[in-house]
Amino acid sequence: MLTAILAMTLLALVFGALLGYAATKFRVEDDPVVERIVAILPQTQCAQCGYPGCRPYAEAIAKGEADINQCPPGGEAGIRALAELLDREPKPLSAEHGVEKPKLLAVIDEQTCIGCTLCIQACPVDAIVGAAKQMHTVIEAECTGCELCVAPCPVNCIDMVEVPVTVRNWKWPEPEKWLSPMKDAANG
Amino acid sequence: MNFNQAPAPFLKPLTSVGAIMRQVLYALVPATIAYVWFFGWGIVIQMLIAVVFALAAEAMMLSLRGRPLRPFLGDCSALITAVLLAWALPPTAPWWLAAVGVIFAIVFAKHLYGGLGYNVFNPAMAGYVVLLISFPQQMTQWIAPDFLIGESVRLSFMETLQAIFAGFPAGIDIDAVTAATPLDHLRTQLSQGAVIQEITTHPMYGMAAGHGWEWIGVFLLLGGAWLMYRRVIKWQIPAGVLLGLGGLAAIFWFIDPSTHASPLFHVFSGAAILGAFFIATDPVSAPASDKGRLIYGLCIGVLVYVIRAWGGYPDGIAFAVLLMNMAAPFIDHYTKPRTYGHERP
Amino acid sequence: MAERLHRFRGGLELPGMKEAATASPIRVMPPPKRIVLPLSQHIGEPAKPRVAPGERVLRGQMVAAAEGVISAAIHASTSGTVVAIEDHLVPHPSGLAAPCIIIDADGRDEAIEPVPLSDWENRDAGEIRERVRDAGIVGLGGAAFPSWIKLSGNRDQPLDTLILNGAECEPCISCDDMLMRERADEVISGARIMLRALHARHCLVAVEDNKPEAAEALQAALAKFADPRIELVIVPSRYPQGGERQLIETLTGREVPHDGLPLDIGIVCHNVATAAAVHRAVVHGEPLTSRIVTVTGGGVAEPCNVEARIGTRMSELIAFCGGYRGDVARLIMGGPMMGFTLRSDDAPVIKASNCLLAGTAEEFAPRRETLPCIRCGACADACPASLLPQMLYWHTRARDFERVQEYDLFDCIECGSCDLVCPSQIPLVSHFRYAKTEIWGKNEERAKADNARRRHEARQARLEREAREQEEKRRRKLEALEKMKSGDAKKAEIAAALERAQKRKEERS
Repeated sequence: MLTAILAMTLLALVFGALLGYAATKFRVEDDPVVERIVAILPQTQCAQCGYPGCRPYAEAIAKGEADINQCPPGGEAGIRALAELLDREPKPLSAEHGVEKPKLLAVIDEQTCIGCTLCIQACPVDAIVGAAKQMHTVIEAECTGCELCVAPCPVNCIDMVEVPVTVRNWKWPEPEKWLSPMKDAANG
Repeated sequence: MNFNQAPAPFLKPLTSVGAIMRQVLYALVPATIAYVWFFGWGIVIQMLIAVVFALAAEAMMLSLRGRPLRPFLGDCSALITAVLLAWALPPTAPWWLAAVGVIFAIVFAKHLYGGLGYNVFNPAMAGYVVLLISFPQQMTQWIAPDFLIGESVRLSFMETLQAIFAGFPAGIDIDAVTAATPLDHLRTQLSQGAVIQEITTHPMYGMAAGHGWEWIGVFLLLGGAWLMYRRVIKWQIPAGVLLGLGGLAAIFWFIDPSTHASPLFHVFSGAAILGAFFIATDPVSAPASDKGRLIYGLCIGVLVYVIRAWGGYPDGIAFAVLLMNMAAPFIDHYTKPRTYGHERP
Repeated sequence: MAERLHRFRGGLELPGMKEAATASPIRVMPPPKRIVLPLSQHIGEPAKPRVAPGERVLRGQMVAAAEGVISAAIHASTSGTVVAIEDHLVPHPSGLAAPCIIIDADGRDEAIEPVPLSDWENRDAGEIRERVRDAGIVGLGGAAFPSWIKLSGNRDQPLDTLILNGAECEPCISCDDMLMRERADEVISGARIMLRALHARHCLVAVEDNKPEAAEALQAALAKFADPRIELVIVPSRYPQGGERQLIETLTGREVPHDGLPLDIGIVCHNVATAAAVHRAVVHGEPLTSRIVTVTGGGVAEPCNVEARIGTRMSELIAFCGGYRGDVARLIMGGPMMGFTLRSDDAPVIKASNCLLAGTAEEFAPRRETLPCIRCGACADACPASLLPQMLYWHTRARDFERVQEYDLFDCIECGSCDLVCPSQIPLVSHFRYAKTEIWGKNEERAKADNARRRHEARQARLEREAREQEEKRRRKLEALEKMKSGDAKKAEIAAALERAQKRKEERS
């Protein structure tokens, strides 16, 4: 009996020491948690979460000040990724912060634009070019679709449009959605 | 003019799950006939009982889970489970044994894991093991082959039916019609200190293994070969099992042939061949790659020998298969084949 | 040279289904009334239009120029007037429209004056490549990669072998077969021009053993040219023998690195039809304005091979082949293994259109109910890339795209072999295509997000800097003011200066 207890204790000690050694020896250096949250957030910089940009929101999440469901552009997928990273339960998007929408693109109606530069000041990623009294235009590739430029425009010349599907950005649909068994996909 | 769209490829599929499963059933026909020849009608009745309960259980589970009945019943996988379980039962076992086994196999081992394609364990073997552990007495009461007991006491079809559904008819001496299987007999005799050469003089033994059993083995082998020819199964798993079992047996037989049976005896006894070609080859619970399947087969063969030689049961196919089912994902992980254009490891 | 053939892994033996369209010779189709030229008919950037609506163009005139390195020029395929440059349905699996140059033919089919490079044997490689580039030639086997790029050798590694791919392994397609039968001279001449452009040592022309007529014609052409560098190799008919990587393995026993090109092992592979197009561009000075299209399937009245102008709409092509017959369930561009369905026959023939397949419901039955994967491994046995499709499928279903990539999703050549052998009738290739575009989309999104983050950070930094500068300016002004108020010495100085100025003023006046 005594020997058995002794043996078990000894084994426990040896394995404990081994595990401890391995934990220090093979420790994986992780990015700080804020960086990893930033990497998940969509970087729209839309401030819908209540913070002035994605990084402040990430910092707030890391500190536990903000919840993980305040980012409408990140949507459900974003919440799931955050939940997994932070080992929390995923929850639905908080309605007070907005709704998940397809990705949009700001387009300035160049006929109406008066060149007031207000939208340029509002754009968080400098995606609008133009000068005072000159017509402005959106650099499509840089626009995050945050909608922050829409409100400041005094003549309402900015429209948010859906990113058009072309043959160059078209994606193969998920087979289950495309192929209902025994039946063919309808035209279009 | 407009047309419907669909993804490639557009050629008609070359095969179906049902076609594959049906071929497995066809491959069992010759051995089943041999079984009836040597041991009477029991196996056929057991098969019918198992099939009826399997289909009922399958249909019930499918409707409970809200799945369509026709495609899933048409895949014949429940039939295979039933037939294989029937093969594992003593031919005169009471009817409820088959029913309990097959219901456990379909309900617990198959559908509670997610149904066809998702089961971790071979359903037939899971059902068999449950029966073996729960009802050891009924599960080991094997009928003796005709030549041992003589034509006079052979059970007729009606007597077999009666034995299965209502117990052995009065006037039939159970001890006269049942006998230990060769594996069991050899095991008991060896434990009593007898040597192989003397044990095998018993009329139960034939040329290589048990009389009768060895012929069933030959027909199972033929069926298996046909399945390989039809490319329903590949050679890796059967070869692995037989090589693992026969190889290990050969080593010990070489060391001491008086206390270790020959590799031929091991291969042709018990469920070795049935297991190698029809049970271990169940793709759902086996590894996916060729290399993995060879390893899987070899391990099963070795485990079978270990269980037969040193374990608590005379045969070990079911346990070996179930144990290796658990190892299948692990084997898969380490036997991922080299993709084209990637460096050779 | 190829002493011994090797065997690629996996693959399938498929029925040829080529008899119907090879029974009659190639039919040359006259230019249609309207030509629709998509600006993106090739891999890479779309071409840039060089004409305006209303402009008259001649056959062979460049109407859109290559944009960027990987791109190809596009030429008018008959004479006529440009009526519009606008979106039109293009042959693409999405069934979407894309920018096209639309030309109304004038029926005269006038061509620009061809400028042959007849003394190409004395020209250097660069000139030949330039000619191929200007002729808008892309890989005509279906991939449509700009050919001139594949005619540049590699400085680090001397080029050993040019392979001309005439395997044409996919069922139903026979355009290369007919080209080799009828125009073997053009193929061999093209091979010689390519050898010069590449400085390659020798050339293997690979033909599957189910095309004896083509092999015979090529043999005759080889005898005529008597070029000892070119050799005909008959390879076994096995799908996908015509896959570039599979053909290279069959001929040389070597594998192309998964992240590399055939060039990395000293091999360049071109389609036989591309070689013929190179011949025409160099020897006759004709840019690529037509190609041979196999029009076949149970749903077309007269299956045959047609030399059609690029830009001919499929409806007119079908009409040229006697129209539809029976109940056509699918209109497929390409073969039955790797092709895709067209939404409408209004789409035009493009440079990549090797086959137009009008399939009836009996030929190509709609898919049956899909059963769960039973892990039988038939897909893995059929996979020519040694992948485990069942594992790829498993992880795709779970949307675990990282795992999918660990199982080498991007080595899948989408040949469809796994799909066809799957007893559960799982549309494996569709799942893999979905996963691929999904991963590409995610990577792009990630890159865009990173970019947005950088721009936002740069902007924040700029705003902070500006605020700091403003602050600094304000501070300095304030300081100056303070000094003025507090420093008496300064006051005196200023007073003195004022006095001096006053004095000077007085002196002057």
